[in-house]
Order: sequence, then C-alpha cells, then structure tokens
Amino acid sequence: MKFLEIARKDLKAEFRTKQMLNSMMIFALLVIVIFSFAFGNEASIFIPALNRKITDLLAPGMLWIAFTFAGMLGLSRSFGGEKEEGCLEGLKLCPVDRADIYNGKVLSNAVLMFLMEIIAIPIFAVLFSYDIKNIPGLAVVAILGTFGFIFVGTLLSALTVNTRTRELLLPVILFPVLIPVILPAVTATGAMLSSGDIPDIAGELQILAVYDIIFFVVAQLVFEYTIED
Amino acid sequence: MLKKILFTLTAVLVLVSIYLVFSGFSPIPVSTKEAAGDPNNFKIFYFHLPIAISAYLAFALVFVSSVLYLRSKQQKWDIIALSSAEVGVIFALLTLVSGSIWAKSAWGAYWVTWDVRLNTSLVLFLIYLAYLMVRQAVDEPEKRARLSAVFGIVGFIGVPLSFMSIRLWNRATIHPVADLNYSTFNSLLITLLVNFAAYFLLAASLILIKIDNERQKEKVNEIKRVKGL
Repeated sequence: MKFLEIARKDLKAEFRTKQMLNSMMIFALLVIVIFSFAFGNEASIFIPALNRKITDLLAPGMLWIAFTFAGMLGLSRSFGGEKEEGCLEGLKLCPVDRADIYNGKVLSNAVLMFLMEIIAIPIFAVLFSYDIKNIPGLAVVAILGTFGFIFVGTLLSALTVNTRTRELLLPVILFPVLIPVILPAVTATGAMLSSGDIPDIAGELQILAVYDIIFFVVAQLVFEYTIED
Repeated sequence: MLKKILFTLTAVLVLVSIYLVFSGFSPIPVSTKEAAGDPNNFKIFYFHLPIAISAYLAFALVFVSSVLYLRSKQQKWDIIALSSAEVGVIFALLTLVSGSIWAKSAWGAYWVTWDVRLNTSLVLFLIYLAYLMVRQAVDEPEKRARLSAVFGIVGFIGVPLSFMSIRLWNRATIHPVADLNYSTFNSLLITLLVNFAAYFLLAASLILIKIDNERQKEKVNEIKRVKGL
C-alpha cells in the first residue's frame, strides 16, 4: 500500500499548482476545437449508405487523439519533473519496493488522465451536439484504454527520462507500442458512442484487458531497471 | 571455421532457392485467392513468408537476449540484442516491400489502408525502429544496454500481435491465410522449405557478422582507451 503514499505526494504537488492538469485539459480541449473547426458543418452530414453521420465516424478517433496527445504531456513530465533537484534520487531512497514507485506514478497519472477525460467528453458532446448512447459502456472502454496507455506510458516515461533527448523520444517510442491499445479502444468507443451494447465489443474489451494485464505485469518486473544507476 | 561453413551454406541455399522459385519447378496455384492478378506474382510468396518469419525470429531473439541481459548484465547479450534487432528491422522492411509489390499486382494497390495484417506488420517495423532510436539516444554503454533491454521486452508485444492479428481482430483481412488443403501444397512444400532454410540462415549469418563487427568495435575502443587516444 506504500504506492498510495507516492501517488498522494504526486497529486499533492500537482494540485498545488495544477500546472499539468491545466495544460492537459486545455490541450485536449484545443484538439477537439481544432477538429470542430476543421470539419465544421460537414461533420453533421448524414451518409445514408452507412446509416451514420460523419461525426459518428470521426468522433472515436478524435477523442483518442485528444486523450493520447494530452496524456503524453502528463507522462513526459511525470518523471521529467523528478529529474529536477535530484527528486528521483530521493524517491529511490524511499524504503519502498521499486515497483511501488511505478504503481504510485501510474495511479497519479491515471487520476490526472481521468479528470481530463471527464472534462473533455462533455465538451466534445456539446461542440458536436452529440448524443452519447451508452455512457457506462464508454466509461468501461475509456478506463481500460486509459490504463493501457498509462501502464506502458509510465514505464517508457521512466525509460526516456534517462536519455539524451528525453521528452522528444517519448512519443516516438510510445506510439508504436500503444497501437494495439488504441485500435480496439477507438473501435469500441465508436460502438459505444453511436449504438452500442457491451456484448458487441466483447472482442475489443478482451484485447484491451489482456493488453492491460500483460503490461501491468511486465512493468512490475522491469521497472526497476529503468531508474537504476 | 564453423562460420565459414555457415556462410557458404547460406550462399548456396539462397542461390538454390532463387533457382527453384524461378525455374518453373515450383507450382503456381491457379484457383486460389492467392493467385489473384498475374499468376506469376505468386512467386513472391516464396520469399515473403520466410522473410517475415525470419523477422519474427530475430525479434524473438531480441526479446530473449534482453531478458538475459537484465538478468546477467553481461555485455554479450546486449550485442546480440542489437545485432538481431538491426537484422530484424531490415527483414521486416523487406516483408513490407515484398508484400506491397505483390499487392500491387494482386489487389491493384500497394497498400490497403485498413487491413489488420498489413498495419500490424507496419507497427512491428516501427516498434523496432523505435528500439534503435532508444539505443541512439543514450551514450553510456551500460545504461544504453539496460534501457534498450527494457524496451526490447516491451516491444516484443508487436510480434504476437502481428502474427495473430487475423485471429485477434475478427475483422476480415484480405491478406491470404495459410491453408494447408491446397491440392498443390505438397509440391509447394519443397521450394518453400528450401526458402525457409535459406532465409533463416541468411538472417543468422547477418546477425553473426554484425556481432563480430560490434566485438571488433569494442576492441578498437578498448585499444584507444588504453593508448589514451
């Protein structure tokens, strides 16, 4: 349970300034606004052949672009901030298991991501005057997808913090590894937004859950090597 | 000596396999989905499959030697991981290129935007490009070995993903799937097996040469250090 302390420390530091949270939210908002400008009125055109509006086709991809890009901001600072003033050394001196540092970071990153998503989804619904069909289902998909993102992202954030190019390297190495989680998340989100019952997306949920489990376990095993001296 | 035998055998097998493919000895199925377009394009399959499988094996070797590196911290595992990653990237690229050339003839387009098999193969290539980027971004040899080993383990997700993509996403792929019920299968088999042997050995030889190169580089660096150059 020591990881709760580390998460608490991170969130306490974060909520003092709200720097990260504000930038993540504004960034996610900007992505959605840019999409709404870029597609404008065409987004509400109905395509009879598909029995769907253009928004239905764009929305899931757009939401996940907003989530992952905004989340990337948070991830790159997650360990980047610890580099200053030797905080990482202090953290390593804590009498906790190395995996607890990782779990704490995962928890604090996840809290920030979820806060950002809770704000971003209603804004999206308003700007595109979108009627979300299955909100609990969307929540399940968002939670599984976000954890997949955070599990890998936190591990690779710790990995890149020790490299020369740091923040630059993170998106380059993170996105290829994330594609297995983004693809089913986008498909499942699309189903939840426009029609959906949970059984329709059972396959996608399975992939997301398996991905989450694999990376949670792998990260527990290899995290210590990323911050070792 | 053993290496010389291996290299000679590789050269002979590659030549034999090319001869078998182009000599008219190997059959071309006439009625299957694989034989769409110009029937002669089927010959690419004899290269395409062995190269793709060799790339998977090279990446599996990256995974195994990354794990062994983290366990033992012996530099030789790092050198093996680097060498097989480089060869794997080239083979993955060749898989994409040979597949695209075939697709142009069979499907009329080099790339089909939404096809799981194609996209997961591309992702696999990108993951290991990212692996090489991680290596580039760290200067200290020990740290570079450690961090890239972590990424070598994480990135391995791409291999089962690409291999099982067709089963994971129950979305139809137009990529041909192995079907052992061809009436022509038995006659295909000889050429295919020779090709498999040739490209496995080619991959192995290239990895060995690269390992030798890296060892020589170490020696040169060591000499430079001793002489104070």
